[in-house]
Amino acid sequence: MTGTPIHELTEAYRRSESTPTAATEAFLARIARLDGELGAYLTVTREQALRAAADADARYRAGKPLGPLDGAPLVYKDVLCTRGVTTTCGSRMLEGFVPPYDATVIARLTAAGAVMLGKGNMDEFAMGSSTEHSAFKPTRNPWDLTRVPGGSSGGPAAAVAAGLAAGGLGTDTGGSIRQPAAFCGVVGLKPTYGRVSRYGLVAFGSSLDHIGPFARDVTDAALLLQAIAGADPRDATCLTAPVPDYAAALAPGVQGLRLGLPDEYFIEGMDAEVEHTVRTAVDVLRGLGATVERISLPATPHALATYYVIAPAEASSNLARYDGVKYGLRVAGAKDLVEMSSRTRAVGFGAEVKRRIMLGTYVLSAGYYEAYYGRAQKVRTLVRRDFDAAFGRVDLIVAPMTPNVAFKHGEKEDPLSMYLNDVFAVPADMTGLPAISVPCGFSAEGLPIGLQFIGKALDEASVLRAAYAYEQATPWRARRPSSA
Amino acid sequence: MITREEVLHVARLARLELSDTELERMREQLNSILTYIDRLRALDVTGVEPTSHAVPLVNVMRDDEVVPPFPQDEMLRNAPDRLGEFFRVPRIIEG
Repeated sequence: MTGTPIHELTEAYRRSESTPTAATEAFLARIARLDGELGAYLTVTREQALRAAADADARYRAGKPLGPLDGAPLVYKDVLCTRGVTTTCGSRMLEGFVPPYDATVIARLTAAGAVMLGKGNMDEFAMGSSTEHSAFKPTRNPWDLTRVPGGSSGGPAAAVAAGLAAGGLGTDTGGSIRQPAAFCGVVGLKPTYGRVSRYGLVAFGSSLDHIGPFARDVTDAALLLQAIAGADPRDATCLTAPVPDYAAALAPGVQGLRLGLPDEYFIEGMDAEVEHTVRTAVDVLRGLGATVERISLPATPHALATYYVIAPAEASSNLARYDGVKYGLRVAGAKDLVEMSSRTRAVGFGAEVKRRIMLGTYVLSAGYYEAYYGRAQKVRTLVRRDFDAAFGRVDLIVAPMTPNVAFKHGEKEDPLSMYLNDVFAVPADMTGLPAISVPCGFSAEGLPIGLQFIGKALDEASVLRAAYAYEQATPWRARRPSSA
Repeated sequence: MITREEVLHVARLARLELSDTELERMREQLNSILTYIDRLRALDVTGVEPTSHAVPLVNVMRDDEVVPPFPQDEMLRNAPDRLGEFFRVPRIIEG
């Protein structure tokens, strides 16, 4: 039961072969047994989950389930505000912070009948690619406990991969849904910027932050997106475009679909096994009737450097709110306000968060603003223009998700080498384009590899359709980690 | 190259107290990251418009209606220190 996708689970509820309570209890038992080692959860909301499951039971008994997510046990990244449930962002700064409201995505999933199992571990304030920067504990990769699950949404990704949740939500500012999805062998979808409301998401980089699903298969990703997408009066950047029926769009296949394979996503230094696996996956797509052509996205080599100006700049501004006044940590004994804030921030933030705040403050400071921030915004335009030009010729872009498989804990001590891991992920964040990572095979050592599809703005339907066609033609989703 | 004095200045702007060891480590790491970022200087961006958001944004208007606000007590519940209906902070005015 803990290994099946949501759509099969809720189908079993409908046929009275199982109940939301039975499933929720099974997941809670697995969490109790395995999460001590895995470290995927920061908070487990056992009582709340069982109450929600009992409510769902009653709806199924009455023959009136709310829809395909009713009774689905989920994990939410701890950066999403949950009313009455501690939301820490993986930081000492917010240890014990209890939000007075639900994020819109949480409210929508709750209204769809979803059962929250708990809050997933993450790199502090979503800054990182390994979930080693959580202030509380690292998360381990269920495929190999000596390796990282990716990040920053490593907790939810590992939970879904290990059968400690049927699905979940993460956030993606510079790859933080798709990279851990690739490392953990699950599906991770980053929707178009603005497709999903950010209300109640603790801000990191406001022009780059996206919320999206983790799922065991593409169908579940479509169902989860369906529940969370759409206009929200509480987020002025949330798009009002109508939300199509994503599950209904999965079936047609890739026959006649034009796929672009960007030269710049096969770089020197990338893992030969990853390159080979991705090229084999592209052959599968060709075999399914897609046409594949080489394309060029020439600004790609500059995208990561641009990201590491823009994201820290926005972060330094967003994280100014943690001053020890309104919520979160306050260090006692300061003689004035400035000292109180400076010492609180010194104690409350970890090394990576401090680094990004410093970098962001520097690139925004007088004398450097134009040279760094102003220039980065212009390069962001060049990155966008590349994609605009490519989408004049192709329907979708297909590419590797990461240059390598999951690395070992402690392997990337140097911040820059950690950043380089997201080289194929950040362009979709900077352009706001929808992108998915779907499992496309395993390394010789048995570590998952992710295939990325990037689509036109608001064309999640095509992204999901291609990922679904590939998934249905390949056996990867049947494989489960042995540790789980 | 970013100097120790510049790191100190930026830390003050960012309201971050750094220990001497942190300060030196920060200087080295910022230099390494900034060296990587400096590759952007080689690009010709003459006449290129800046992009501040991925999607074009326009002002979003709504009717100016009174809606019930969050209860004050609930919003103050996470305050590290409060006095009645106020956030309490160290004295900032001489007196």
